[in-house]
Amino acid sequence: MKINPIISLAIVFILGVNTISCENIIPEAPADEDVLDGAIEGLSTAGQARFLSGDEAFGEIFFSGNGLGPLFVANSCGSCHVGDGKGHPFTTLTRFGQTRANVSPNLEIGGPQLQNRAIPGYTPETIPKGVPFMKFTPPAVTGLGLLAALTDRQILDNADPNDINDDGISGVANYITPPDYFIPRWYHQCVNGKYIGRFGKKAATIDLLQQTVGAYNQDMGITTTFEPVDQASRLTIDPEVTDQTVRDVIFYLRTLKARIQRSTDNARVLTGKQIFSDINCSSCHRPEWTTPLSDIPALSNKTFYPYTDLLLHDMGSGLDDGATEGSAETYEWKTPALWGLGLSPDAQGGEFYLMHDGRARSIEEAILIHGGEAQDSREAFQNLDVYEKEAILKFLESL
Amino acid sequence: MTKYILFALIVVSSNYSFAQQVDSTLLKQTPVDSVKERAMNMDAVYNRPFLQLGKSPVSLGGYIEANYEYIGEDGITEGHSFRIPRMTLFVASSIHRKIKFLSEIELEEGGKEIAIEFAALDINIHPLLNLRGGVVMNTSGAFNQNHDGPKWEFVDRPVAMTEMLPATWSNVGFGLYGKQFKNEWAFGYEVYLTNGFDNSIINNDENKTFLPASKTNAERFEESSNGEPLLTGKIAIKNDKIGEIGLSYMGGIYNTHQEDGLMLDTKRRLDVFTIDFNTTLPKLNTYIVGEWAWISLDIPFTFTQQYGDRQRGGFMDIVQPVLKREILGFENVTVNIACRLEYVDWNVGRFRETDDNMGEHLWAIVPAVSLRPSPQTVLRLNYRFMQQTDILGNPPVTTAGIQLALSSYF
Ligand code: HEC
Ligand code: HEC
Repeated sequence: MKINPIISLAIVFILGVNTISCENIIPEAPADEDVLDGAIEGLSTAGQARFLSGDEAFGEIFFSGNGLGPLFVANSCGSCHVGDGKGHPFTTLTRFGQTRANVSPNLEIGGPQLQNRAIPGYTPETIPKGVPFMKFTPPAVTGLGLLAALTDRQILDNADPNDINDDGISGVANYITPPDYFIPRWYHQCVNGKYIGRFGKKAATIDLLQQTVGAYNQDMGITTTFEPVDQASRLTIDPEVTDQTVRDVIFYLRTLKARIQRSTDNARVLTGKQIFSDINCSSCHRPEWTTPLSDIPALSNKTFYPYTDLLLHDMGSGLDDGATEGSAETYEWKTPALWGLGLSPDAQGGEFYLMHDGRARSIEEAILIHGGEAQDSREAFQNLDVYEKEAILKFLESL
Repeated sequence: MTKYILFALIVVSSNYSFAQQVDSTLLKQTPVDSVKERAMNMDAVYNRPFLQLGKSPVSLGGYIEANYEYIGEDGITEGHSFRIPRMTLFVASSIHRKIKFLSEIELEEGGKEIAIEFAALDINIHPLLNLRGGVVMNTSGAFNQNHDGPKWEFVDRPVAMTEMLPATWSNVGFGLYGKQFKNEWAFGYEVYLTNGFDNSIINNDENKTFLPASKTNAERFEESSNGEPLLTGKIAIKNDKIGEIGLSYMGGIYNTHQEDGLMLDTKRRLDVFTIDFNTTLPKLNTYIVGEWAWISLDIPFTFTQQYGDRQRGGFMDIVQPVLKREILGFENVTVNIACRLEYVDWNVGRFRETDDNMGEHLWAIVPAVSLRPSPQTVLRLNYRFMQQTDILGNPPVTTAGIQLALSSYF
C-alpha cells in the first residue's frame, strides 16, 4: 500500500501536537534545591507580580543610552550577582581610601569605590599610589529578606565584644552613620546617632535600600533620588532609575527564597553538621534564626538557617587588607552566610572564589585562611581525621 | 531533473510560473545569463516569483510567513504562540532594457516594524559592470542575500546569520557588481560603499557586542553616523556540478569619533569576514548549505569585556528530499527531511582577570520535516534544541520545543 505523504505529515503533526500536551518536549526545570532564584513560599499574587518587576529591574542591562556610568564596575545587578548567586573575579570590585575606622570616605581621591571601567570616550579611575584597598567578590543575594527582618536586638544578643564567655570569639556590630534618606523601623536601635550595619562584607550598610542605591550609584554609575551624585562629575544629576524601580528591586531582594539545603538526611552530612558545631564554627556561622512579625506575612515568624551571626570578627593578619568601613577595623569581617555555598560554582563559572575577595579556590582553602578569632576553630578543623574532614566538607557543600 | 527541482526549491526558489507571468527582461540580468541554471546567491533579489499586471512594466511579489511555536526554557514556557514574523512585498520595474528597479519592504511582527530592505536602481553597462544605487543589501554572506522564508526548510533563521551578523542589513549607498561565465563555471563579484554601523553595537541592552543593534537606527538612511563609509564586498565562484562558494568582507570605522568638529573618541574599526557554500550531492540529491562568519572590532580597553571584541559563528543545513510526486492535484509535491546545526560564540577571548575562556556561546540542533505542495510554498515542522551559556561559563540554559510554519511566496 502506498502511503499518502499529506496524510503522513498530518499524522506527524498530530503526534507532535499530542506530545505538546504531554509537555515532555520542553526541557525540564532544574530542581528547586539546585537553583538560587525563585520567590519565597506563601507570597500573594500581587506579591508575585511585584517580585517579577523587581526581578526584571535586577536584570536590567545599563548602557550609556540609559545611564550607565560614565564610570562603572559592571552594567547590571544580575551580571555581578549571577542567578542571584556569587560573583567572579571579572565583577570583583575594589574599595579604597579609608584606613582608619570611623572616618568618612575620602571622596576627593575618588573613594570609596574604584570605578575601573568607563564607557567609550571616558577614562576610568585608578587607585592613588600608596592607598590601601580591598577587593570584594560579589556575594549571593538570596534569603536577605529574612536577615533584613531580624531586629537589631536579636543581632546584638550574639555580640560579645569583651569575650565575656571566654571562647576566644567576640563578635561586634558595625555602627554606621545613616544616610539622610534612612528611615528607622521599629526593629532598628540607635546608638549615638548610628545604626547597626548588616549587609556587605564588613556590614557597612544598614538596610537593603542603602545597599541597593549604593550599588546603583557606585557599581553602575546610576543615580537615584536617594544617591543623586554622579561618580564621574561629583555633581548631582537627574535620577536615572525611578523610586518605583528601587522599591521593586528591594521587594525582590526581600522575597527571594532562602536556599534549600540538599541531602539533609545523608548520614555523612549529618555527621559533618555535628562536627561543624563541635569545633565551634557555629559560634560565628550561627545556624538558626527566627524572624519576628514582618509587613510581608511570608516573612513573619519564620525559622531559617543562614549560618551567620551578622557580626564582625577579627580574622587575623592574613585577612587584614589595610582598609576599612564604618567602625569595622581593617582585619574585621562580617561572618558571611553559608547558605548556597555548595551552589557557588554554578554562578562562578564552575569554580569556587570564596572569602571576601575570592582568594580561596575551594571550601577547604577558605577554612584554612581563617585566623584571629577563628584560629582555634581552624586548628580544630586541621586536626580532624580524613573521614571527619570529608564529612564537614560534605555538609558545607550541601548548604 | 530532481536536482534541478531541489536547486529551485532552496537556492533560487522556483520559476514555476515565470514563463507566463513574468516579464523575462526583468529577470534577465545579462543577455548570456539564463536565470534558471546560472543564478548565484547574488541574484536572489531578482530571482523571485513576480506577478505582472497586464502589460505594465511593473511586477509585484512577496512572501509571508506564519508560525506556531511551543518552546520552553529550563522548564518555563510561554505556552502556545502564533505569530507572523514577517511579510515582505517586492515591487520591480523595468525602466529600460538596461535599467531596472527593485524594492523590498518588510513588515515585521504584524507591522510593528516596517523596514526597507532593498530599494535600488540597477544600470547594466556590461555583464561584468553593473551600477547599483539606493538602499542596498550589504553582502555579508549568502544567507542575507538569499533570505526569503519560502526558500528554507527551517522555521527560524540561523542565529549567527541574523543576530551575530545583522539579518538583511541594508544601507544607503552605491556599488558595482558583475558576473562572468565560462563553461560550467560562473564568477560573480559585488562591492558597495554605504553608510554603516554606529556606537550601539557595543552600547546596547543585549549585554553583548550586537551588530544588529545598528538596525534600529533609522538615521542611517539619512546620514552616516561618522562620515566613514562601510565597505562591503563579495566574490563568489560557482560550478554547475559542484556548487557555489562565496567570500565576503564588510568593514570600516563604526563609531562616532567626532561630531561638529569635536573629537569624541578615537576611530574604531569593525571587520567581518564570511564564507558561504552550497552544494548538492550527486545521486543522493542531498542539498548542503552552510556559512561561517568572523567578526572582530576595536573596543576601548577600559570598557567592559562583557562586550566582546571577537565573535564567530555559523550554521549548516542538510536537506534530503525523500519524496516527490503528484498528490491531490499538486503536481510536484516534495517532502524533505532536514537538519540544521548552529553555533555562535558571542565573545571569543579570555577574561583579563583569570585568563579563563569567556563563555557566552550557544549551539543548536534542529531536525525538520518540510513539505512543499508547490516549490513556492513550504509547510515545515521543526524541533529545536538549543543550549546557551553565560559569559562566565555557568551551566547552560536549555531551550527546546516544536515549531510549525507556513511560508509562501504570493
Ligand atoms: C560590580 C558588581 C556588583 C553590582 C553591579 C552589584 N553588586 Fe551587589 N554586591 C557586590 C559586592 C562586591 C557586594 C559586597 C559589597 C560590600 O561588602 O559592600 C555586594 C553586596 C550586595 C548586597 C548585600 C549582600 C549581603 O549579604 O550582604 C545586596 C543586597 C546587593 N549587593 C544587591 C545589589 C543590587 C540590588 C544591585 C543592582 C542595583 C547590585 N547589588 C549590583 C557587587 C555588585
Ligand atoms: C571567628 C568567627 C568564625 C569562625 C569561628 C569560623 N568562621 Fe568561617 N568565616 C568567618 C568570616 C568572618 C568569614 C569571611 C572572611 C572573609 O571574607 O575574608 C568566613 C568565611 C568562611 C567561608 C567562606 C564563605 C564564602 O562564601 O566565601 C567558609 C566556607 C567558612 N567560613 C567556613 C567555616 C568553617 C567550616 C568554620 C569552622 C572550622 C568556620 N568557618 C569558622 C568567620 C568565622
